[in-house]
Parts: sequence; structure tokens; C-alpha cells
Amino acid sequence: MKRKLITACFIVVCFLLQSTVFSKLQFASIRPNLMIVLTSAFGFMRGKKTGMAVGFTCGLLMDIFWGNVLGFYTLIFTVIGYLNGSFKRLFYDEDIKLPLGMIAVSELAYGLVVYVCFFMMQGDFHFGYYLTHVILPELVYTILVTIILYQIILYMNRKLEAEEQRSASRFV
Amino acid sequence: MKIKNQNSIPSKYVLLILVVVCGILLGAERFMDGGGPLSWVANYTVIPMQKGISYAGTWMSDLTDNFATLKDLKKQNEQLQSKVDQLTIDNTRLNQEQYELQRLQQLYKLDQNYGDYSKIGAHVIANNGTNWFSSFTIDKGSNDGIRKDMNVLAGSGLAGIVTEVGPDYAQVRAVIDDESNISGMTLSTSDLCIVRGDLKLMEDGRIRFENLPNNDHEIKVGEQVVTSHISSTYLQGLFIGYISEINVDSNNLTRSGYITPAVDFSNLQEVLVITTTKEDMTKQSGTDSKGE
Repeated sequence: MKRKLITACFIVVCFLLQSTVFSKLQFASIRPNLMIVLTSAFGFMRGKKTGMAVGFTCGLLMDIFWGNVLGFYTLIFTVIGYLNGSFKRLFYDEDIKLPLGMIAVSELAYGLVVYVCFFMMQGDFHFGYYLTHVILPELVYTILVTIILYQIILYMNRKLEAEEQRSASRFV
Repeated sequence: MKIKNQNSIPSKYVLLILVVVCGILLGAERFMDGGGPLSWVANYTVIPMQKGISYAGTWMSDLTDNFATLKDLKKQNEQLQSKVDQLTIDNTRLNQEQYELQRLQQLYKLDQNYGDYSKIGAHVIANNGTNWFSSFTIDKGSNDGIRKDMNVLAGSGLAGIVTEVGPDYAQVRAVIDDESNISGMTLSTSDLCIVRGDLKLMEDGRIRFENLPNNDHEIKVGEQVVTSHISSTYLQGLFIGYISEINVDSNNLTRSGYITPAVDFSNLQEVLVITTTKEDMTKQSGTDSKGE
């Protein structure tokens, strides 16, 4: 229960930051994508179901406030959360290469899907431009932010895990 | 209990269920107006927090503004004073013309006045968090009389159009958004053109215009572009921006180029929402002509 509440707090805080504070922290009119960091991180830390739940919530928030169609981001983020969840077995606390790699790949996939659905489908084939001016800069900035945000999520996860183990051993 | 929970439903079925839910949502969008009950929930959870952050941000930027030096302020004051003088002169001249226009309009029985729309002020509380689209959230919604398709101004220019309304918030799609598409008109020659936002130009803060007829009318850089009379969602005569570049298309029939919008979208804080929509106006004029 406590874990769920804290996760919800993370999602809401990141959502608020991204729509308010980070619009002032743009580099070359690009802002990082905190929602993908959350979805991806919770996915490979906690497994498929948590990944999907976080992805679904993030996507739904984005759909309501930023989206043109309800359900689009929800779908992408749910699937991203699920796929990241299937890498849970490879995940170790100390290793930062896997998280960075996973988040980068998720970010890239997200960028490509948005480009294909909203731009290519409308006959806009300047893929090279969008790749170099939106998708890749966003990826780089997101990775930079990940390095900080991921440590916070990791810290929270460790604390909660330790707490859960303590309460579990008390029962046994 | 924990183990039971983990084995209850295999996660691939959960994924399947969620995907189906998303599919339903995508389909339901057609029938329900922007989020439905979800936007009501969002209105009482996320919007108050966004308002809080945005007010705190405004307060802090006000605080830093207070440290502006006296010298700067004096210089600015001088500039503004000269501008006021200039504008007063212009204003008297325009007033005279206005009276003349009114008189002539009365003669012609044309009393539609496009200039005086009633407006509501609103604060911008959040932006679009993605890098693909350019929209923003304002702190007024259906409780304040905001409806879909209302035009939004910032300063003297057109900022966007309301696309989605919640009880206490509304989403506004900016003019520079890639999906924005406006029927425009050059002010001096009344030639129609299409003004559309483009993600590729968003960085430079420019928008594109197309399909301006390549006729004898000479249109120079600096020409003002306003919304046209044939647009179905935008009211007539709202200032979009100045033409910054104009070229003849290769078909030799049309001209296209770029517009510098009148609104600075990188720093948008207060906007004005016009409470009449184009639909109201066309309906109104429809009933009027019926009455006659």
C-alpha cells in the first residue's frame, strides 16, 4: 500500500515538473521525458505488472493533458512498461548500464512511434530532421536527467524493499 | 498472500486487457467530449497542483524582476513614454476614422463590429510536456463559461484555440503547433492564405503560410496577417503576425513564406479568451437575416 502511494506520488510529481518547471529548463526547445524514465525504471525494477501499471497511469495523464487522442500515449506507455518488465531478471542494483540502455531504447521507441503516428501518417517524411532535432536531443537530455532521477527511484526502492523484508521476517 | 497475488493473472493477460482498454478509449474519443469523467477527476487532482506550482513560479519571477536596476527602468520608462505619445497621436487619428466608418456603416446598415469581442482573462498554468506538440493549459474552464473552439489571444495577437474543456481548466492549442491550421488574410490586400504551424519551424518561433494567390497585389515583408472571414472556427480580424519571408511557388500561381507570430510563445503567462465563437456569430447572423 505504502509502495503504491509512493509510486503514485512519483508519477504525479514528475508529471507536474515536466509540464511546469521543465518548460523553463529547455535546451534548444527540447525538454526531457520524465514519464518514460519512470515507466521504464519501475518496469525493470519491479516487473511487468508494475511496469504496466505505471505506464498506464503516466500515459493516461499525458493523454488527458497533452494528447490529441485519448488512449494513444496510454497504449504506448503500457507496452513500454511491459517490455521493460521482462528485463527484470537482468537487473542488478549496482549496474547503471542496463537502466540507461533500457531507458534510451524506450525513449527511442516512443519517439519513433509518435513520429510515425502523428507525422508520417500525415505525409510528413522529413524523418532525418525529426530524428536529429527532436528524437535524439530528447534522448540525450532524458539520459542526463535519468542519471539523477534514477538514483532517487533506486534509493526509494531499496528503502521500501528493506522495510518489506523487515515486516515479512517479523511475521515468520 | 503475496505469492497468491503474483500468480493471480499472468501478466500477458493483464497487458491484453490494458491494450483492449486503450483501444476502447481510442474509439470512445469519438463519442465523448475530451476525457469525459476522466477530465473531471483530473480537474480536482492535478489542476490544483499545477495552479500552485505556476503561482509559485510567477511569484518567484516577480521577485527577480524586483531586482531590475533603476537605470534600466528609467530607460524603459523613456521608451514607453515616447511610445505612448506616438500611440496617442495614432489613436486620435484612428478614432476620427472610426467615427467616419461608423457613419458610413450606418449608411450601409452594416453594424457588425469585429473589434469588440468580450473576453475573459486567464493564467497559463502548464505547458505540453512533449516535444512534439505545443499546447498549454489555462486556469479557466466550463465553470467560467469557456467552451470548445473559443479563440485565445495573448497581448495583441492570436495565441491559439480551445480544444478541450474541463470544469476548471481548458487546453489551448497554440498557433505554432504542428496541427494548427488557420485561414488567414493579408491586412492591406485581403488576399486569403493558409497559415499553419510546423514543428520544424517551432524552434525559430516562426510559422508558415501557403496558397497566397500570386496576383498583382504587391505584398512585402512586414505585411500583417489576420484571421480571415471564411474561417469556420477563428473569428475575423485577429492578428496572427507579420510576414517575414515571401516567395513565389514553383507553380507560379501561389506564394508562400513565413510569418513571425505576434505572440511570444516561449514566455506566455496571461491570455485572453474571447467568449464568442465563430459558430455563435454565424448562427446569430443566420437568425438575423431570417428575421428580416
